Amino acid sequence: MSKSPEIPPSEITPEETFLNRRFFMKSAIWAGTTVATTGLYRTFSPRADVENTGTAIASTADPSVTSHLLPDEKLNTFEEIAGYNNFYEFSTDKSEVAAKAKNFVTNPWSVEVTGLVQKPRTFNLEEILKFESEERTYRFRCVEGWSMVIPWVGFPLAKLLSLVEPMSGATHVAFTSYHDLKQMPDSVFAGIDLPYVEGLRLDEAMHPLTLLATGLYGKTLPNQNGAPVRLVVPWKYGFKSIKSVVKIELTDKEPPTTWNLANAREYGFYSNVNPTVDHPRWSQARERRIGEGGTRETLMFNGYADQVASLYAGMDLRKNF
Amino acid sequence: MTFISDSRFHRQLLLVNGLLPAVFIVFDHWRGELGANPVEFVTRATGVLALIFMVLTLLVTPLRKLFGWNWLLKQRRLIGLYAFFYGVAHLLTYIAGDRDWQLLSVPDDVLKRPFIAVGMISFLLMVPLAATSTNAMIKKMGGKRWNQLHRLTYLIAIGGVVHYYMIVKSDITYPLAFAIAVGLLLAYRLAVQIRKVA
Ligand code: HEM
Repeated sequence: MSKSPEIPPSEITPEETFLNRRFFMKSAIWAGTTVATTGLYRTFSPRADVENTGTAIASTADPSVTSHLLPDEKLNTFEEIAGYNNFYEFSTDKSEVAAKAKNFVTNPWSVEVTGLVQKPRTFNLEEILKFESEERTYRFRCVEGWSMVIPWVGFPLAKLLSLVEPMSGATHVAFTSYHDLKQMPDSVFAGIDLPYVEGLRLDEAMHPLTLLATGLYGKTLPNQNGAPVRLVVPWKYGFKSIKSVVKIELTDKEPPTTWNLANAREYGFYSNVNPTVDHPRWSQARERRIGEGGTRETLMFNGYADQVASLYAGMDLRKNF
Repeated sequence: MTFISDSRFHRQLLLVNGLLPAVFIVFDHWRGELGANPVEFVTRATGVLALIFMVLTLLVTPLRKLFGWNWLLKQRRLIGLYAFFYGVAHLLTYIAGDRDWQLLSVPDDVLKRPFIAVGMISFLLMVPLAATSTNAMIKKMGGKRWNQLHRLTYLIAIGGVVHYYMIVKSDITYPLAFAIAVGLLLAYRLAVQIRKVA
């Protein structure tokens, strides 16, 4: 500080005030930068905060399909299942989907069942929920290399299909998800064509393991898990289990599927869980079970080989990946 | 002394703010709040942090030249060391979480997954830069050679962006944003070079 004579003594900041002001400024900068850093960090690493607010669904447990777990496998928690979701319509960040899907309207809802069927029909939500529900605990293996064990509530897709009476020429089933930019504004960042579409061969769709799930942990599905009704095909990678289904169409040819359209080299139509066929960018031999420390061996057909391997007898699973 | 020339204060700010994300990660881990897949989260967070600090080191020169913020130069070393710090954390998370400490499986994984190879190359290029970051090393090497070596920063940043782009399944928003940032920062340098020659 210069004390040039032009400045009247009254305008010279006394040393003490100067130091105080300096201390104050430094404190403000400390507070400002650390608050900004904290805010940035927390914004870009959102934590899912989930609660099981669904309504209870009465269901019977089917022991023949729940007793298949290995002795060391246990159910994933509701927080894990409802806080970590791939649902690109809402967000491509798995921890963010729950919050983004919070206000998704799932009632009223209808599922149009059409195509090569004798009795095409649209089911409203009430009719969907009227199917006799079972609790089915399945492994869920994501193509990204993680997995969970999930206690679904639902009913075999075969039950619904038999009501509409597929024609003899029907060979495949095509599914379509709900999509609407108003409710799913972040879907513009998904990088995949929407609405999401999936498909199964008719025999896969009719298989007793294939489920239309309406709930988990005894209550209706959380929005982020595909409310109000979704497909569950436990021996295939998770992306085959299409969420929030609005349309089911029986066809006479292999229907287009979203991830196959996005990248045919990486995602095939079948996408059966198979530890011996690697994804081009990573191995599928092992998986990280959510909630566990290390990794586990991935099982052929996700551990359902004894029930589904016959569907693919004689097929080259390397070609039909 | 003004705030602009108080480089000790700048260093303290940078030291604390740069360390904060690591503190949050450790704290959230301790209280079990890293989400359903902690390994994935920490891998991604440390990877992005390494890349952010790489971009920040590249930002120093343009900001000095364009706005005369020469005081930034004194902090560049620490910014770069933070990129290395998060790079090491990223590598350790990968070795512990993805490889279950099976070090022998790393070479095979590098060969199998091209994005890992790109990440590994970028990381290995960071090592000589961190090793030559001391005043003694700068003196020993001479400014010119030191500057030449430290141009590896460009390659590391490009490698980081490519590595990121190769990982995402379909939503390329973030890798694209980093690509634009790195692209602009490198274009600035190219423009300066061209002006010098012309
Ligand atoms: C040491 C060698 C490296 C290895 C083994 C490695 C490995 C990985 C792995 C396994 C992932 C996670 C992929 C996923 O979650 O799907 C990842 C993500 C990432 N890494 Fe690396 N990496 C390396 C070096 C680097 C370097 C040097 C940088 C930056 C300059 C970097 C930046 C990133 C970024 C930005 C991501 C993406 C984060 C996200 O998805 O949000 N990595 N890396």
